[in-house]
Amino acid sequence: MNEVDFLLWVKGPAFTVAVVIFVAGLVLRLFEILSLGRKHNFAVSKGDPMQGGLREMWRRSIPADKATFERSLFTIVAGYVFHIGLFVVIFLLAAHIALIKSVIGFGWPNLPTPVVDAFAVVTMIALIAVLVHRLRHPVKRFLSKPGDYVVWAVTFLPLLTGYMAYHHLLLSPQMMLGLHILSVELLLVLFPFTKLMHAFTLFLSRWYNGATMGMRGVKS
Amino acid sequence: MRTTQHEPHEETLGERLRSQGISRRGFLKFCGLLASSMALAPAMVPKIAAALEQAKRPSVIWLSFQECTGCTESLTRSHSPSIEGLIFDAISLDYHHTLQAASGYGAEEARAEAMKEHYGKYVLVVDGSIPIGNPGFSTIAGISNLDMLKEAAAGAAAIIAVGTCAAFGGLPKADPNPTGAVSVADIIKDKPIINVSGCPPIPVVITGTIAHILTFGIPELDSLGRPKAFYGQNIHDRCYRRPFYERGLFAETFDDEGAKAGWCLYKLGCKGPVTYNACATLKWNEGTSFPIEAGHGCIGCSEPNFWDFGGFYKALSIPTGMTGQTAVYAAAAGIAVGVAAGAMNKKAKMDADSLHKTVTVDELNQESPS
Repeated sequence: MNEVDFLLWVKGPAFTVAVVIFVAGLVLRLFEILSLGRKHNFAVSKGDPMQGGLREMWRRSIPADKATFERSLFTIVAGYVFHIGLFVVIFLLAAHIALIKSVIGFGWPNLPTPVVDAFAVVTMIALIAVLVHRLRHPVKRFLSKPGDYVVWAVTFLPLLTGYMAYHHLLLSPQMMLGLHILSVELLLVLFPFTKLMHAFTLFLSRWYNGATMGMRGVKS
Repeated sequence: MRTTQHEPHEETLGERLRSQGISRRGFLKFCGLLASSMALAPAMVPKIAAALEQAKRPSVIWLSFQECTGCTESLTRSHSPSIEGLIFDAISLDYHHTLQAASGYGAEEARAEAMKEHYGKYVLVVDGSIPIGNPGFSTIAGISNLDMLKEAAAGAAAIIAVGTCAAFGGLPKADPNPTGAVSVADIIKDKPIINVSGCPPIPVVITGTIAHILTFGIPELDSLGRPKAFYGQNIHDRCYRRPFYERGLFAETFDDEGAKAGWCLYKLGCKGPVTYNACATLKWNEGTSFPIEAGHGCIGCSEPNFWDFGGFYKALSIPTGMTGQTAVYAAAAGIAVGVAAGAMNKKAKMDADSLHKTVTVDELNQESPS
């Protein structure tokens, strides 16, 4: 298999398999969570759970509590930087939009490539910083399991290989592009079965927390 | 075309060119072009000239297998009468079934004679792929392509695989490859093979490679067996439209404002980012332009399996097999498994409820046995 065969393989069968596992796994996990349901509450509550849920979804997305913000300044800032960076890199690069358009049927305007490139660099720096912080912080280190490092690696690899493919570094562009796509496929396959799932469950759980707190009453 | 008679081989290329009326100036100009296209320093020009002057006319046998003659067309129709054409004329092309005057037994005799006379010294040029699915798919004078290649390769000093079909299998090898087409390098393992890929290759790249063999021997090759001098540059890196790619300005259709303004053709399927060739630097038709300059994306014709890249008009990043429908089926499968998993979880919950033992007040009031 030469590098062009490899590129065709990752663009063809491997990509299809990865997306099928990703979509099926994602739907399975979400359906499993939602279908568990909750017991019906017969008691009339004072507050509106829906309102409380929505408020919490918003409130936890901004650094509303000053004390918490100051205590975890690095975690919050670095976390926001790499999450925003990932959004820009994944969804605003022309090549990525072309791919998404081919699968879902519609696209949106792209950013200039060097802007996305700069975001990729900042995102990689932020990701390295949070990894170092995780390793040096005794509590974070104690709480980290192998799965957490796997999740970090599969998030970092597509950025690194994409950056190297764009700048034609180290390997031939075909090989690097192939490795970039392969690393994304790894991410897609692991996504539904690791903590990466938080991208989809995050607002569900925030809503649920808020709904419980906003209910103000006794459950039957 | 000499098929039955051979001129004395003592004549050097320099003498030959002078007898053809090529001026020293014209000759040096060609050497200069050659040096720049091979990324050599200008100081090398006199050395190339001296080496070419002294080069003996080697015997060349050109075999055409599963091909469209486009590679020969590219070479012969290039810029006529060009100095490249004369250089080509200055080699002893002893067999080329499209160009030679002889036919039938006479032609095959010329091949056999050249192979015998120059055994171990001749240069074998191959265009077209070789079918191994059935030897009868492509034959010349009743001889299968496979047999003829093996026979001719045995006595060759070096093999030049001209065109993507000979170098990598090309169009005949495109999915589903009905003839079982393979490249020269798939069959011949014990000879130096130089892949001059392209569909067709740039004329000066073909003559330049031959000139390199005449002057400096086998050129330095890349991982795909192509001369680095011509295939060391990425089309995308050398493209004059690259600034538009950087700025994120893309033509969306072939006749929109972006296309008229010369914006990047990435979204229209340009394969320049993964293609190595000299089109963007040497260009075609005496340096007039190249496909991207004419408004069409690069199709990646100098790369293996470029026909199966997923469509000439689909952006490089678009997957070849994935469709929205596949994603919908995957989601449906996910829901089906999700329903089953949900039902199992619900059952576990109900089982736990039914096993739950209600404690009565009397039981609570009982004193512990201790």
